Amino acid sequence: MNAISNPAAIAVRGLVKQFGRFAALRGVDAEFAAGKFYVILGDNGAGKTTLLRSLAGLAQPNRGEISIVGQTPRAAARSIGYMAHPSLLYDEFSGLENLRYFAQLYGISSDEPCARAIRSVGLDPALTRPVGQYSQGMRQRMSLARAILHDPSILFLDEPFSNVDVQSTRTMAALLRGMCDADKTIFLVTHQAAVLEGIADEFVWMRAGLIVARTATLTPPQENA
Amino acid sequence: MSLLSPATRATLLKDIRLEWRSKDALNSMLFFSLLVVVIFSFSFNPTAEESRVIAPGLIWVAFLFSTVVALNQTWARELRNQALDAYRVSPASPNSLFLAKVLGNLLFVGVLEAVMAPLFVVFYNLRSVGSLWQLLLVAVLGTYALVINGTFFAALSLRTRMREIMLPVILFPISIPAIQSMVEATRVIVTGEGTSRFPIVLLLTYDVVFTTASVALFGLILNAE
Amino acid sequence: MKRAFLILAAVTALLLIYATYQALVVAPTERTMGDVQRIFYYHVPSAWTAGCLFFVNLVASVIYLIRRSSWSDALAASAAEVGVIFCTIVLITGPLWARPVWGIWWTWDMRLTSTLVLWLIYVSYLLLRRFSDSAQTPVLAAVLAIFGALDVPLVYFSIWFFRTQHPQPVMGNGGSLDPRMLHVFLLNLGVFTLFGALLCWARFHIETVRRQLDETRALEALLDDGRTGSSPARSTR
Repeated sequence: MNAISNPAAIAVRGLVKQFGRFAALRGVDAEFAAGKFYVILGDNGAGKTTLLRSLAGLAQPNRGEISIVGQTPRAAARSIGYMAHPSLLYDEFSGLENLRYFAQLYGISSDEPCARAIRSVGLDPALTRPVGQYSQGMRQRMSLARAILHDPSILFLDEPFSNVDVQSTRTMAALLRGMCDADKTIFLVTHQAAVLEGIADEFVWMRAGLIVARTATLTPPQENA
Repeated sequence: MSLLSPATRATLLKDIRLEWRSKDALNSMLFFSLLVVVIFSFSFNPTAEESRVIAPGLIWVAFLFSTVVALNQTWARELRNQALDAYRVSPASPNSLFLAKVLGNLLFVGVLEAVMAPLFVVFYNLRSVGSLWQLLLVAVLGTYALVINGTFFAALSLRTRMREIMLPVILFPISIPAIQSMVEATRVIVTGEGTSRFPIVLLLTYDVVFTTASVALFGLILNAE
Repeated sequence: MKRAFLILAAVTALLLIYATYQALVVAPTERTMGDVQRIFYYHVPSAWTAGCLFFVNLVASVIYLIRRSSWSDALAASAAEVGVIFCTIVLITGPLWARPVWGIWWTWDMRLTSTLVLWLIYVSYLLLRRFSDSAQTPVLAAVLAIFGALDVPLVYFSIWFFRTQHPQPVMGNGGSLDPRMLHVFLLNLGVFTLFGALLCWARFHIETVRRQLDETRALEALLDDGRTGSSPARSTR
């Protein structure tokens, strides 16, 4: 890891992850710089979600190492925010009640960071409607608020735009760009990469458990013979 | 309450609040418990002298069935929108979550037992030779024995197919010594015959052994992915 | 490896034949129970072998949790399966013995009852292995194995106490054994343990090969998907 010029926010060495008979990751090596917006692309089964979950500390690799700002993912939990296609929220609670609970897990007992996070995704903290009754777009935005309420420096998002309307998707993408400009590192797995053209800094292409290419634009890499 | 970590306290309060908000599980569980007592009363003639002798066994079996149904509920909520992932990604420790769930389950099952026990006493015209305090001690130790392993195995069976049937399948065999002890101790106290010291000591040993094992191994199974 | 296995198998087969001959023909007939008592030479050694195998399961499970090596998980699974088989033999020979001698199908005898509970615990272990997600099975199963093993002494104590409250027929030779019977008994004990080890080894071998096959197939599938355009010919086996 080259700590001198551009300190890598995340470094991965020889990452192998097997699910019984299926090898989801087959020895991934990569370094990712801080403050950039990465989009991870690939077909189903390429290993995108497995990679993301391993980086976030949710999946334990069978072999290899992950370093996040110099620590293991679990040790770096305070610096990590995670969001996925399910909302990771409790349907019976309102947005603020949900965030209040999760804030406690980060040692935050005041309502202010929660309200701020909700406002930053364009929602109203005073809304008492249970999250279960939100539209998909609102729910995903509230989930994003949950992911950022403790002001993490790295965000992992797994298919955050699934089933979300186009307008909400664009809003969220712009929000994420704003966060990236404010020095957060963003990793996003998605099938809807078109929205992120011009917003993401780098596209990471995966196939069959390996990273096969990294491009600055959304043109697929040359296929190998 | 201040002995508990913030994560435990927050999670326990969250669970109580969620349960109170929806009351789904609570209401159906209460009714189920009532049904169990009534079915037993119709199956095991309450007026016969023999039934009074086996009443301790009947009561504990009824508690056991209600406990299993309740235990399945309390983890199910975490799975609905994958809220468990949000906990796992946070810096809060797995054992804080486990403790919160155990306490919540003790409360939940305690409420159910508080409903069922008087009904049994009424339907079976039960009288006790021993004191209420002794019975309460056995009730606490016995319920704890079912809840500690039940909470652990319910979490373990989250990662299985046939989740709801896996819990009793794993729990019942291992609970056999505890069930034998709690029934015997109850019988001794109620009839005044024999000694309850050995079963109570065995129950206590069971509680200590499996609390230690659960606390030591919960992190492993929570993060087994 | 294969030769060692075949030699062991041959030796075990010969010893089994010899031990069976000793048990059914040579050993003296028991005075009170008659020939039915000869089940004793199968009933007790089976229980002992099952216990040994479950101990192997515990050790392999602990090794797995510490080192995460695939072989220890395969061994744990094999030992549990074969152990359950021997437990089943105990549970079948028990009633076969009890019925002619005491007139009842089931005695809440210490050994029979504890074997029943062990059988239940390890069958639930096998069910967990079957119904869990294959990536997590080793960890979950290993944890359950530890819980099961911790339970075993508690099972023995609670059954012992129950028996002192409600005395039951003892299925064994309560008291001393005729030296000739002891000799046959010990022989069968040793042979059954050997037989159990052999079966476990065979099962372990099958399990290891199966895992290798799965991994190879998975890799092939992955590589086939990785190739673009052309559909490659799959290698035939």
